[in-house]
Amino acid sequence: MTGRLLRLAAPALPRVCAAAAVAVGAELASIGLTATAAWLISRAAQQPPIAALGLAIVGVRALALVRGPLRYADRLLGHDAVLAAVADLRARVFAALVPLAPHGSSVFRGGDLLTRFVDDVDAVHDLLLRCLVPAAAAAAVGTAATAATAAVLPAAGAVLAAGLLAAAAACAPSALAGRRGPRRAAARGAFADAAADLVRGAADLEVLGAADAAVRRAERAEREATRLELRADRAAGAASAAVLLLQGLTAVAVAGLALRARQDGGLDPVLPAVLAVTALAAFEPAAALPAAARRFGELSEGAARLAAVLDAPAPVTEPPGPGPEPLGSGVEVRGLRARYGPGRPWALDGLDLRLEPGTTTALAGASGSGKSTLVDVLLRFLDYEDGSVRLGGAELRGVPGDRVRRTVAGLTRHDRLLHSSVRDNLLLARPEAGAGELRRAAARVRLLAWIEALPQGWDTVLGEDGAAMSGGQRRRLLLARALLADPQVLVLDEPTEGLDAATAEEVLGDVLGAARGRTVLLVSHHPAALAAADKVAVITEGGVRPAEV
Amino acid sequence: MDTAGDVRRRLARELPQARRLSSAAARLALVATAATVARSGLLAAALAAGFGGGPPERTAGLLLGAGAAAAVQAAAARAHTALSERAAAAARTGLRLRLLEHARRLGPVRLQNLRGGDLSTLLTRGTDALGPYYTGYLPAAAAARTAPVAVLAVLALADWPSALAVALTLPLIPVFGALVGAHTRDRTARQWDLLSRLGGHFADTVAGLPSLRAFGRAGQRSRAVRAMADRYRGATMRVLRTAFLSSLVLELVATLSVALVAVPLGLRLLSGGADLSTALLVLFLAPEAYLPLRALGAAYHDSAEGTAAARRAFAVLDTPVPEGGGFARPPHPAPGDGGPAVLLDGASARYPGAQAPALDGVDLRIDPGERVALVGPSGAGKSTLLALVLGLLPPERGRVAVAGDTAWVPQRPHLFAGTVEENIRLARPGATGAEVREAARAAEAHGFISRLPDGYATALGDEGFGLSSGQRRRIALARAFLSGAPVLVLDEPTAHLDPRSEAQVVAAIERLSAGRTVVAATHRSAPLQGMDRVVTAGGAR
Repeated sequence: MTGRLLRLAAPALPRVCAAAAVAVGAELASIGLTATAAWLISRAAQQPPIAALGLAIVGVRALALVRGPLRYADRLLGHDAVLAAVADLRARVFAALVPLAPHGSSVFRGGDLLTRFVDDVDAVHDLLLRCLVPAAAAAAVGTAATAATAAVLPAAGAVLAAGLLAAAAACAPSALAGRRGPRRAAARGAFADAAADLVRGAADLEVLGAADAAVRRAERAEREATRLELRADRAAGAASAAVLLLQGLTAVAVAGLALRARQDGGLDPVLPAVLAVTALAAFEPAAALPAAARRFGELSEGAARLAAVLDAPAPVTEPPGPGPEPLGSGVEVRGLRARYGPGRPWALDGLDLRLEPGTTTALAGASGSGKSTLVDVLLRFLDYEDGSVRLGGAELRGVPGDRVRRTVAGLTRHDRLLHSSVRDNLLLARPEAGAGELRRAAARVRLLAWIEALPQGWDTVLGEDGAAMSGGQRRRLLLARALLADPQVLVLDEPTEGLDAATAEEVLGDVLGAARGRTVLLVSHHPAALAAADKVAVITEGGVRPAEV
Repeated sequence: MDTAGDVRRRLARELPQARRLSSAAARLALVATAATVARSGLLAAALAAGFGGGPPERTAGLLLGAGAAAAVQAAAARAHTALSERAAAAARTGLRLRLLEHARRLGPVRLQNLRGGDLSTLLTRGTDALGPYYTGYLPAAAAARTAPVAVLAVLALADWPSALAVALTLPLIPVFGALVGAHTRDRTARQWDLLSRLGGHFADTVAGLPSLRAFGRAGQRSRAVRAMADRYRGATMRVLRTAFLSSLVLELVATLSVALVAVPLGLRLLSGGADLSTALLVLFLAPEAYLPLRALGAAYHDSAEGTAAARRAFAVLDTPVPEGGGFARPPHPAPGDGGPAVLLDGASARYPGAQAPALDGVDLRIDPGERVALVGPSGAGKSTLLALVLGLLPPERGRVAVAGDTAWVPQRPHLFAGTVEENIRLARPGATGAEVREAARAAEAHGFISRLPDGYATALGDEGFGLSSGQRRRIALARAFLSGAPVLVLDEPTAHLDPRSEAQVVAAIERLSAGRTVVAATHRSAPLQGMDRVVTAGGAR
């Protein structure tokens, strides 16, 4: 599954490889430094003329100077390349998400699912920087050290290669332990759920007498999660210890072979020390492998989740061509059946409804009766399986969704405010709107005075989904945005929810006044909405037909 | 504000199991250092002996010793890691369970003041930060205290000029580290705000995608996502360019010191002023003196995040618990009270931190089977009175007594992570499936539950199915039926419901009221039908 993540990140790979090359350079400088120093000392022990040491002295000093800056460059280049990969991946994932909004994925519901999704996308950071680059560096450095050793003493090269390969193999269980993440994630999730219930549902639990049981449940979940965590930790710890052991034993074996070769007269006496420190240093990059392997295993779960999101079928099939052009703003719904996925219960089962051009139709009915489903169908956020929906005479199924939404827009239950300024949030609906239009839209929802009294006025940043506003203010700003879009068919799903009775009445009056001449579908059971509409239709739960009231 | 040192000491004091495990790990780190010194010494001696053409048995013996030392080193490192991980697990679990226990003792009303979201985060991701503190920072700190001194001592015994060179450069690491750190700290802090805002942009835009798509703006936002991510990259790189400077300095000191030791040693060997075995030992060991200090510098973040998490946890644990706990069911009425179902006798109540009492000297007596509607403007103390009856708030003065258990239908009943069936069964864990369905039928909930994707097995809660206000209340009514509690407490049972849901909830309440004592706070007329008495809050006196 991580392969999929890697393919998604493919455009960034050349830069990542460049960074990895610098990392290899830094590690080779490190090996070169100790090897040259060992050569210098061994050679000096033979007490040659000082000129024989000149090059080695220069080499030691130069390598000592070079290694730090190389490592610094490697860190910077690596982070820069990987952050560029994250930027690219985010943009492409976002483009892939567009056809899925809002019903093709649960990430649009926000909360933990969204946080996890963003983490899954950003995991490409760890995949490249914490897994791929260390693995590539370890492989390149190991190969170079092995080749150099083999050139001097083939048997020692073979031992070093075997030791390094064994170290890499020792990391495999760590990757597998990381991959067993789903069980760990489930256990962690069980504790998080139990803890959230104890915090947010404390009053309900205490009065029900169920708090003791909930605490015990949280405790059991925590102990189970810890048990599984420790098991995964043990695998990574064992791999680290194995790498350390192999490092020591390989260096000893290389030293032994080199000393025997020197005894037999086949090797310069200066070289055994050089080969031994080279073997020790060749293992340094491998020390990062157990952690990299574990992280690699852990990433497979998130990569699979990400693939599932990206591969989800779009909830609406777009027509192949531009399709018929809607002429006018009348809407005619006949025998409409729609549901949120195959096998789910029908959310609308045979609805008939006419929205006459230029009139306001109020749609009432119990929660769960399918009012919002109709809004989803009209905005082409949901396909319909049976029946017909005609917008200006054109069958909705044959018109591209974006074209439909140029005519049909408004306020839906999916709407959110962005974490940007008041002005930007309104301009979203019509980027070319002037200051006067913004003010008029805000005044109609009784929000102008509040906006102008804000410390930064129209430039005030609203926080996540308007976190700094009350529910009523948030609803009114969303309503102002819908008005500013000024579509031919204005759809308003529960526009007065969260407003007190007096404000609701005033705002409704003004909004409907502003939309005069437009075709309006007003989903509400507010008495003022029913009174102001030209026509009232009622959907009944389970059943269907809207009755004229 | 406690210093980081205070927080560390308090962590050690309050989580003794984790402290014992991590000090055992620190002792093993000493063993690992000793094994490293032995491995280097034996390897150096073997190489020196072989260099001079010494007897092969002697070099073989020395090499065997070096191999054994490597085995000890690996075993000690293995045990050290395992102990650190167990210390981290003990600390996480210990702190989490203590936080839960304290939250429980604080009670629901005080818990609300703590802002639930923060506490939930602290219980999960927040306390996770203790892991790297115990597995990264504490071992690095322990090693930094002992290993450089031990290595230096060995060096001094072997070759004092080299030891002197190491001893003179070693302090440069913490000095330069602190200097670079002080230089970059302000700059990093300035960038932090920008970074967190740019970092949150992607999540915010994804969540806003339905709106963007509705207004035909989704296409251009894809470019904005890339642009913002690129700005994030730029800002991050500015931070990193300075942050990595400190590692650059530390590595430069460490590598230059190798040159500083190796070159003079070579020259002394040349003149016969040193022997090869010592020189190789020094070459192998010198880097080991610097390594722990560099590791400690790298673990700085683990320390900062761990102590920050611990500080937040201690702030919660230091919230004072009221005497008798935050939640206490009111006692049964006394024999002399004349057998009321609910009795308030001069009861006053005050919310924690509030100046004025929310209720002041209220008398109310409700007979068994009586149904009482509590009316009055918002702020008159209706909800406070209900909180007293439920035991969510203890009376500050006066007396509250309730005969038997209470069943409660709050305005927004909590849906627990679990199935619909489990959510109802919470009221009586031993109830059969048939009993749960019967209660749901009586609460007018069976119909909508049957239409849920998986019926009674549909998962509710954060990641599960959301229910409307009316449906939530009918779940709570089903709980009330199932619990069989004789006293029923309703808080605005029909507020914010559409007419049909309201009719269903009212029908369920009428069924549930039969044979029970009812207290209902309300400002709507619908639930007043069938009430025996209307009490105006503020006039209950």
